[in-house]
Formats: sequence, C-alpha cells, structure tokens
Amino acid sequence: MAEYRLELRNVTKKFGEVRALEDINFQLGRNEVVGLLGDNGAGKSTLIKIVTGYYQPTSGEILFNGEKADHLTVSKARQLGVEAVYQERALAELQTLWRNIFLGREIANRWGLLDIPMMRQETHRLMSQSMGFTSTAVNPESRVGNFSGGERQGVAIVRALYFDAEIIILDEPTMGLSLKETAKLVNFVHDIKMAGKSAIFIDHNILHVYNVADRVVVIDRGRIAGEFLTKDINLDTLMEKMVRVAETGSFD
Amino acid sequence: MSSQTNEVTSKASQPRKEAFRLGRFVRAYGPQLGILGVFFTLWTIFIVSAPNTFLAPLIYYAFMSTVPFFAMMAIPLTMVVIAKEIDLSFPSTMAMGMVTFILTYNATTSVALAFIAALGTGILIGWLNGIIVVKFGIPSLVATLGTQFFWRGAVLVLSQGKSGSLIYARESLLHPLLVGKIGAGFPVQMLWLIVIAILGWVLLNRHKFGAHIYLIGDNIKSAELMGINTGRTRIRIFMLLGLVAAFAGVVASLHVAFFWPSLGEGYLLRTLASVFLGGTSVFGGTGTILGTFLGAFIIGAIEAATVAVGLTGFWTQLIYGLIIVLSVIMHTFLSKRME
Repeated sequence: MAEYRLELRNVTKKFGEVRALEDINFQLGRNEVVGLLGDNGAGKSTLIKIVTGYYQPTSGEILFNGEKADHLTVSKARQLGVEAVYQERALAELQTLWRNIFLGREIANRWGLLDIPMMRQETHRLMSQSMGFTSTAVNPESRVGNFSGGERQGVAIVRALYFDAEIIILDEPTMGLSLKETAKLVNFVHDIKMAGKSAIFIDHNILHVYNVADRVVVIDRGRIAGEFLTKDINLDTLMEKMVRVAETGSFD
Repeated sequence: MSSQTNEVTSKASQPRKEAFRLGRFVRAYGPQLGILGVFFTLWTIFIVSAPNTFLAPLIYYAFMSTVPFFAMMAIPLTMVVIAKEIDLSFPSTMAMGMVTFILTYNATTSVALAFIAALGTGILIGWLNGIIVVKFGIPSLVATLGTQFFWRGAVLVLSQGKSGSLIYARESLLHPLLVGKIGAGFPVQMLWLIVIAILGWVLLNRHKFGAHIYLIGDNIKSAELMGINTGRTRIRIFMLLGLVAAFAGVVASLHVAFFWPSLGEGYLLRTLASVFLGGTSVFGGTGTILGTFLGAFIIGAIEAATVAVGLTGFWTQLIYGLIIVLSVIMHTFLSKRME
C-alpha cells in the first residue's frame, strides 16, 4: 500500500507568464487532515483545482495511492475519489435542490433517462439525516437560489459526502456560515477523519484550520513556505509565523 | 431542550405545508401557467371578435399545416437559448439542406437518399456552428450571424439563384409521410411537430442531456467544476437544431413541391419570437417546451386573426410586437415573483 493517498511532485502551474504555483511538493496521508493557509492569490485555489482535475499542471506529477495520474480530468479525479466543496460552491441557482445534489452525476438508466423519484427521495433523506435541515423551506423541489449561505454550504458538503469520497477538499467552507453552522462543519471534518478518509481544508480563519488539521501547509506566492504538525506548535506561534510569512515570504 | 424545539417546529410546519401547496404549484409551473394564460386569453379574443373564422375547423387545419414549419425548429432552438447560446443560421440550414437534397436526387434519382443527405447536411452545419462557438470561443450570436450569411451564400452559388420544382417527390413515399393528410385534412406535419415536441420535452426534462443544458445555461462554471463536458453538450445542441432545421426545410419544400433559394428567410424572427414568447429566458437557465409550442401557435395565429378580425394585414407586425413585448414583461414579472 502506498504511503500517501495523494502526492504532488514538483508541480508548476503557469497562466501565460504568470506562475501561479512553482515546484510544489505536497503529500496527503491516509486518515489525515491537512490545512492549507496562505494569503489571497497565494495559489491555494489553483492547487486544489489541479487536484480535482479542473486545471492541468504545466509540469510535475500527481499521484493517487502511489500511482501516477496523467491528464487528470474532473470526472477522472472523481473516479479516483476526489470530492471538492468549492469556494464558489458550484451550485446552479435556478435549479432545484435535487438537481444540484446530482449535478453531473444524475441517476439515470443506460439510455440516459433520469430516475427522478429516486433522486428526490435520496435528496430528502440526505437533507434530513446528514444535514439536519428540517425547515420546510428546504425540500428537494426548492430552488437553491433561495437558500441561505449555510444551507448552500450544506448542499455542497452533502453532495461531496454522498458520493463516498476518499479525499475531501473544502475550500473556504466556513465563509458565510453562522457560528452554529461553523461548529457543525468542524464536527463534520472530524467525522471525515473518523471514517478513515483524508481531507484538505482551506480557510482564511487560522483558528478553524488549527482546530481541525493534523498538519498545516503554508503557501506564499505560489510556493510552499513551510509546514508544521499542529501538535508541535501552539496557535500563537502559528499566527506569528503567518504574519512573518506575509511580510517577508519566509519564516526566518 | 432541542427535542422540544424540534417538536414545536414540526407541528407548526404541518399546516403551513398544506396551505402552501397552491403557492408551490404556481412556483413550479409559473412559466407554463403564464403562457397558457396568454394563449387562452388571445384565443378567446379571436373567437369573440371573429366567431365565423375561429369556430370553424378550417382555420385550425390551416394553422396545423403551416405553423409546424417553424415550430419544429423552435423546439431545439429553445434548448440552444436555455444553454445561453443563440443560433441565427437555421433558416439558411433549411435551404442548404434542400440544395443537397436536390443535388443528391439529381445524381441518384433516389428521394430517400436525397432526404438522408439533407438531414446529414443539417447535422454538419450544426456541428460546424458548435465547433466555431466552443473550440474558437466565438460568441454564438456572431458565429451564427456569419454562418447564416455563408450558407445562404452557398445556397445561392450552388443553385445559381434558381428555384426548382420538386414534383418528382410527390410520387415518393416521403411526401405522404411528411406532408400528407389524415382523414378530413389533418396535416401530417402537425404529427411530426408533436413528435419532435415530445422528444424535445423528454430530452430536456427526463434525460441527462437536458439536465446538463439547464445547468450550462444557469452556471457554466459550476457545470465544468462538476465534470460536465460543456463543450460537447453545446456542440450537440447546435447539431440537433441543424438536424431539425434541415428536416423542416424538406417538409416546407415538399408541402409546396417547390424549392426557393430564399427558403427559410421568413422564419428567423417567428421562430425566435416563439421561443421568447413561450417564456424561455434570454439569460439562459430556464425555459419550457410547452411554452415554445404555445408561443409558436400564437405567432402563427396572429396573422390570420388580424385579417379575420377585420384589420388590414398592415396591423400584423404591430400586434406581433405588442404581444411579444407584453409577454416577455409578464414572464419577467412572474419569475421575479417566484423568487
């Protein structure tokens, strides 16, 4: 069995002349939650979009369970067990809840005809069981455009969970959430670990990252500036280091 | 504590759920209800002001004979618009399909082969539109404005601007199959329109393809993040419209057993108007087949109605304009209310 569930080796991503990521070496172990920290535009989102197959790296290798994945696409990454909850949540506002849960992975027969009753039923079950949404405003037929920030996040998370992911990527998942919803989310990340899965957690809030991650990786201007095990560092020291990185680009 | 609150909310929510059933129905079917309202209101007005015309079956046979020519194309055009694209080239596709029809017939004297060649031409033109839009990233408005001229030009060059009789096709099986009459005069092309509308509805509402069309029009970035091949889907929608446009071209030409190089030129605005009148949003993401279907018949009936009501034909366009603008305002209002 390979040591890492996911590994990036010397990954560089250029957009024209702009280097969004440079020579990234990154590992995600089994049963591990890695927090990604960094300023806006540091390259966090680019990194996860490479892992999810949305962007192709300009150079470098991606390995899943020790096996190289060439020409990764979104659907290929999903087959390999990568699920992402994106910052922009990737929801279709005009569509109903059940359609959003099954975006791009509709339950259909071999002629492509949809099994709508099944999708409605599954959505109903997911919303009440997994997310505890009991409000009448949230039913499989409601339009996602009318949901609150927390409800939308719930939809994106439920969707990621439902398809039995091995690697769950959460990009700014606490954005727009209430305190109660945030606490629920933190519990959810613990659950991911308990279930033997791995997660990458990206957030502006250092406290949230510190609370859930086993390891913190700091990205600055497209490079990995450093990493720590959260058990080896206290929150104050981490904060100080983050400030220093923002000013000087290094920890020293 | 928490279980208590849960009980209270669940008890309180029960009667509310019942009371809101009608509201939910209106929310779910708002666009269709709107166009149905317009349809029946106009119909009533027509019957009241010209009962001799609108209570006789003859006028309906006439509508069912001519409306399908553009209503067929309005079905796949609805899908194009839902996906936030547009196609202006389908009238030229109608004519170009007929040019290959005639060329193939002249070479093989087989009407069946000619028919297949016409449909193939339509698919090819649609595919090219899709490639220009998707692979070269050209906005479809500009891309199909260009191909619209190009294919009309090709028709004129290949036909040397000459029209021609299709009287030979009358003897073939294709004629009764496409434009024959059933019983007292029910036109077969109306059956084809119904078949295309039902297939279009299934594709749009009960098939993955349609789910992806709605999603692309709603939020193309989400679609890409969710692993949908947005390029391939959009190319297929253009191909579908190309296919149906070529089919409509054959039907319209066989109906009069004559080919005009200007075939289709009158259909561009009527077809687009049917789609928008039917409540499909210009901004993509929403739209219905039923709306387009009714929209096409409203457009088709206005011309006859203005004359039957006693106004001169000069009024037709003015009334078209009025009804289109009022309906689009109504649809916008309804969709805002649904939020």
